Amino acid sequence: MIRITTSDRYNITPLRSFMTNVVALGAGVLAISLIFLAAGVNPLYAVSQIFLESFGSVYGIKETITKAIPLILIGAGLTLAFRAKFWNIGAEGQLLMGAIFATWTAQHLGNALPSVVIVPLIFTAGFIGGALWGIIPAILKIKYAINEVITTLMLNYICAEFLTMLIVGPWKGKTRFGFPGTDALPDSAILGVLPGSRIHYATLILAIICSVGLCVLIYKTRFGYEARVVGENPDAGKYAGIDFLKTSLILMAISGGLAGFAGVGEVAGIHHYLGYPASVSSGYGFTAIIVAWLAKLNPLFAIVSGLFFAGIIVGGDAIQISLGLPAATVQIVNGLLLIFLIMGDYFLHNKVQIRWFRA
Amino acid sequence: MEELIISTIQRTMVAGTPLLLATTGEVICERSGILNLGVEGVMAVGAVTAFIVTMTTGHPWLGVLAAMAAGFAVSLIHAFASVTLQANQVVSGLALTMLGLGLSGMMGKPYVGRPLAVKMDDVAIPFLSDLPWIGKALFYQSPFLYLALVLAIAAWFLLERTRMGIQIKSTGENPKATETQGINVSLIRYACVLVGGMFSALAGAHLSISYSSSWVEGMTAGRGWIAIALTIFALWNPGRAIFASFIFGGIFVLQYLLQPLGISPNFLAMLPYLSTLFILLAISFKDPRRLNAPAWLGAAYKRGER
Repeated sequence: MIRITTSDRYNITPLRSFMTNVVALGAGVLAISLIFLAAGVNPLYAVSQIFLESFGSVYGIKETITKAIPLILIGAGLTLAFRAKFWNIGAEGQLLMGAIFATWTAQHLGNALPSVVIVPLIFTAGFIGGALWGIIPAILKIKYAINEVITTLMLNYICAEFLTMLIVGPWKGKTRFGFPGTDALPDSAILGVLPGSRIHYATLILAIICSVGLCVLIYKTRFGYEARVVGENPDAGKYAGIDFLKTSLILMAISGGLAGFAGVGEVAGIHHYLGYPASVSSGYGFTAIIVAWLAKLNPLFAIVSGLFFAGIIVGGDAIQISLGLPAATVQIVNGLLLIFLIMGDYFLHNKVQIRWFRA
Repeated sequence: MEELIISTIQRTMVAGTPLLLATTGEVICERSGILNLGVEGVMAVGAVTAFIVTMTTGHPWLGVLAAMAAGFAVSLIHAFASVTLQANQVVSGLALTMLGLGLSGMMGKPYVGRPLAVKMDDVAIPFLSDLPWIGKALFYQSPFLYLALVLAIAAWFLLERTRMGIQIKSTGENPKATETQGINVSLIRYACVLVGGMFSALAGAHLSISYSSSWVEGMTAGRGWIAIALTIFALWNPGRAIFASFIFGGIFVLQYLLQPLGISPNFLAMLPYLSTLFILLAISFKDPRRLNAPAWLGAAYKRGER
């Protein structure tokens, strides 16, 4: 007779935490292999190709870092929001809003100003755009008790339509010959890249600074402490007199602003013009949720986590072409990995013992 | 003019059908205390399953059954994670959405752009469909509409007038007290999540084999999320969900009605999502603390915990 008992686990060490994540990811990869089998693809080949394509060659690593930049930025911002249990699903919209604000700034001011001035300006504009889009759900949640999952999500759709409206209408470029999109950004506003790659290093440095900065913010400042209390024990927060509105506004401004930075990076660093929402962001806002979760809501770990998921995107794109798998494959991978990560959390907090009894 | 009104009503009913199905399912699920944010993903899986099975077997009703089975299977993951593993329900639901959208995209790829030979035909209710104005609009519709209405009314009856309904509601309001009554909270929650999943899958099936007879990736277009918002708007009451769903069906139809007026089609496309925000804002003015939400919605419950 088998008896399975669960009991609370008290000794959660960082090593155990890390190993649980590793095992969870491993189990996730196994599950993904099953899906690949069902799709008629050799799972060993597919999984190994994903990692070889993204980390196994210099070109792959460069592409991975390029795709990791927005993931790290948004992921770090999300760790802050999620710590306060503010479920910001709207990073896509915040990214696009940042891109919109940055494009406007670049096109109106870029021709007259040198790079040194315009680049910080567009990043600031992008931050403001993303922050504004992030503050709206914060106000709605705190003042009107409206579920932030829905508000942030709806704002995603609204911003995407707004962007499309802009680029097929008033912002339609004259040099685009009928294809929707703005004109190319002025040269001074375009971000420099590391030679031989697409890595726009300004945003990369910004991403790392933000990760570190957020880490300090969350663990070493009073604001970070208050944000954590808001998430972990709102009642205690109320009794301690924490201003929920101010805290939420600031943390959503930061989270949205970082997504805005990511948007600026994509437009000014990679595409050099503002196009359809789907071309500006390929689901970074949603992938960043998993990045944040894998990072155990620590913004510093978001750097590694972001690189990991960027690798999956790059590798996934590669096998999509070589194995004929649909683009949705990456979504499946992401979803499964997240599910297994969540399940891993259970085993981290509970000790499961399987005992064999002789009848 | 008369034609326009009739066709508007008709299209509103059609557009509201998937919303009603998904909302009813989500109401049942949330009433037991489990927040299921995976509705969009389950809907997509239901849509693609119904489409594939209908295309291969030629029987739409088999497609419906297959969709329900698929919805059951996929939401089992969320049920297991939320009820047994007491995981964070928000993240689990989001993961389910990603997984569902991804799976449906993968499964549906070979079928994109291939129209169904046999779709779910509209059914005329014998006597009522001959009524002058509303006959054609209301009673000559896809069976999904009638199914949705019947299920919503049945759900209302279940929740408000049966003993099981009281049990479901009390697991959502106070699982600890419910457990002391000897009711198996986990079982009820599992059942509610699975039923909710099946309904969402049905909504998806309507989209792919009745509303349109083709499969496109992303055909759910955020309806799953709107359904989640509608459960709040309906104050977790399936009866009000009927009302809420058809209002939103009307908003979807409004997009097409207003297009010839020269308003930007992108702005019109925003309407359902903007309306969701405004409606949520409107109820919160009446009801600032969301007093009607099940008290334990989204909170994990561990048996025996104090």
